[in-house]
Amino acid sequence: MTDASTSTPPRRMRLNFHVFGPLLAMVAVMVIGASLNLSFLSPENLTNVAARSAFIGIIAVGMTFVITAGGIDLSVGAMAAFVAGVMIMVMNALVPVMGAGVPLIMVGMATALLVGGAAGMLNGVLIAKVRIEAFIVTLGSMGIYRSLVTWLADGGTLSLDFTLRGVYRPVYYEGILGLSWPIIVFAIVAILGELAMRHTAYGRHCAAIGANEQVAVYSAVKVARVRMATYVVLGMLVGLATIMYVPRLGSASGNTGVLWELEAIAAVIIGGTVLKGGFGRVWGTVIGVLILSLIGNILNLASIVSPYLNGAIQGVIVILAVVLQRESKSAD
Amino acid sequence: MNRRDIFKGAALVAGLAGATVAQAQDETFTIGVAIPSATHGFMGGLNFHARDTIERLEATYDNIEFVLATAGDAAKMVNDIEDMVATRGIDALVVLPFESEPLTSPVQAVAEQGIWVTVVDRGLSVEGIEDLYVAGDNPGFGRMAGEYFVENLEDGDNIVVLRGIPTTLDNERVEAFSAAIEGSGINVLDMQHGNWNRDDAFTVMQDFLSRFDDIDAVWASDDDMAIGVLAAIEQAEREDEMWVMGGAGMKEIIGRIRDGDPQLPANVSYPPAQISTAIELTALGLVSDTPVSGRFIIGSQLITPENAEQFYFEDSPF
Repeated sequence: MTDASTSTPPRRMRLNFHVFGPLLAMVAVMVIGASLNLSFLSPENLTNVAARSAFIGIIAVGMTFVITAGGIDLSVGAMAAFVAGVMIMVMNALVPVMGAGVPLIMVGMATALLVGGAAGMLNGVLIAKVRIEAFIVTLGSMGIYRSLVTWLADGGTLSLDFTLRGVYRPVYYEGILGLSWPIIVFAIVAILGELAMRHTAYGRHCAAIGANEQVAVYSAVKVARVRMATYVVLGMLVGLATIMYVPRLGSASGNTGVLWELEAIAAVIIGGTVLKGGFGRVWGTVIGVLILSLIGNILNLASIVSPYLNGAIQGVIVILAVVLQRESKSAD
Repeated sequence: MNRRDIFKGAALVAGLAGATVAQAQDETFTIGVAIPSATHGFMGGLNFHARDTIERLEATYDNIEFVLATAGDAAKMVNDIEDMVATRGIDALVVLPFESEPLTSPVQAVAEQGIWVTVVDRGLSVEGIEDLYVAGDNPGFGRMAGEYFVENLEDGDNIVVLRGIPTTLDNERVEAFSAAIEGSGINVLDMQHGNWNRDDAFTVMQDFLSRFDDIDAVWASDDDMAIGVLAAIEQAEREDEMWVMGGAGMKEIIGRIRDGDPQLPANVSYPPAQISTAIELTALGLVSDTPVSGRFIIGSQLITPENAEQFYFEDSPF
């Protein structure tokens, strides 16, 4: 044991750097943030950032599995808006029947999970069974869901019934031990995702399909079923994210969730998952999501550059984070 | 003989009548309306008023037809306009350019074919293309908000500003606002883009609240952003410390102003119904000799609890 570890110290160091690349990037971002503005490290600010990361984060965990299995889902942002719209309409419609109380919120939550799961199932069937390119299927469903929510809202905004907002509001704004519910749910989803990716047959099958589909077929992996499951789970996670999102502002419109899909995909890649599939890292995705949110937060807190350049800075850091990993990977 | 002549005459009259009917049919006008799709509150309201006006005018005038196209980006809007000219032979075009630059030469090409062009809200990059220009008053929108801040704040008070999507329109508003508060001693802590989006505005406001201990008022400059700002203030439990001014006159916000909400003392109008003005004037110009060319600027008005009722449109989604 001791011999082995002392004989290969350089390799181990490189390996560590490769593994912890995203983590180091996040620490670097946090150091920069703290040096620019003292209130950056205040618990209030950090919980704000964690809570606003939760929507994209929950979705990005599901996206990690989809991408690991060699797929992609561009429809999640539009799907979130659509699920939010349907959820709000169902809840508003049931207020006279059920009254504004916890049972109605439960019905709303179940609706979100069901609609999300069904939407994911639709993507999954077209991709895994009908065998259409994931990019095309989800590009199409992105347009469909985005139009549907605009149509449902009649071009305006769907707002949650005012009496319900008070009942539902704590789901975003309150929690236990100073951690709000979105943070707790995000953490649970991330931990379960990490366990599923590392320690279950499902996680290994996803990686096998993404690495080489033919080999996976010959290894008796039920490719279509696993692939479909990744989209259904992602759809349900979109539903879960929506459950956390709706109580924040109590509304949905055609503008909800715009570009969430790209943020989620970027977070997955920053976290070290390979875009063409075969290898996925859920905890890396979590770090990726946090890095993206922290950058936005720091730019708001510091206002060192013209706000016109915020997008450029985000872009540079995203590319840098990935370049960093590529280099350490080739060094392996 | 007489009888025959009568018949002849009748046939002639009938023939003439037939000719005039045919001529009247030739005088049917088609108006193309190209607007951005309803992606956010203001555009939703604009789409609502466009459809509403078209319905009313089609009922009023038998000889006017409308082609309405909504576009999600500038390229689609250009295609829509080309299709209208090529396949529907429009006599007039009412367009709210998605973006000024990419729409300028396509609209210029339409105008060069002798088709009447009405431009709404966002001007084209080259002057003099359009026959009629209808728009809200963007500098007035900013100035009026600025004047309200000057009247209701004191020397040394702190404010934060949320800006829209970086565009000429947003620049005009913010410049006029800054000019109006200049010299008043009001301290602008920071301005950031909330992109006329509730979620973005919520995030930006959360960060403003962690960064600044003393904020007396917020110019959210748009009612969608005001909703996000109010939620962030509520979360930080600092409702008593500051008031918020949105803009454009969203239904929910106007309702709260009317009910005397201390957090929302006033608003500045920027009516999405300006599209109705544009369509009505264009139709009027086609069917009658009423001169309608030129510029029609709809003034922004200050909305306070006293006059809020007249800005509240029950049926509009905005």
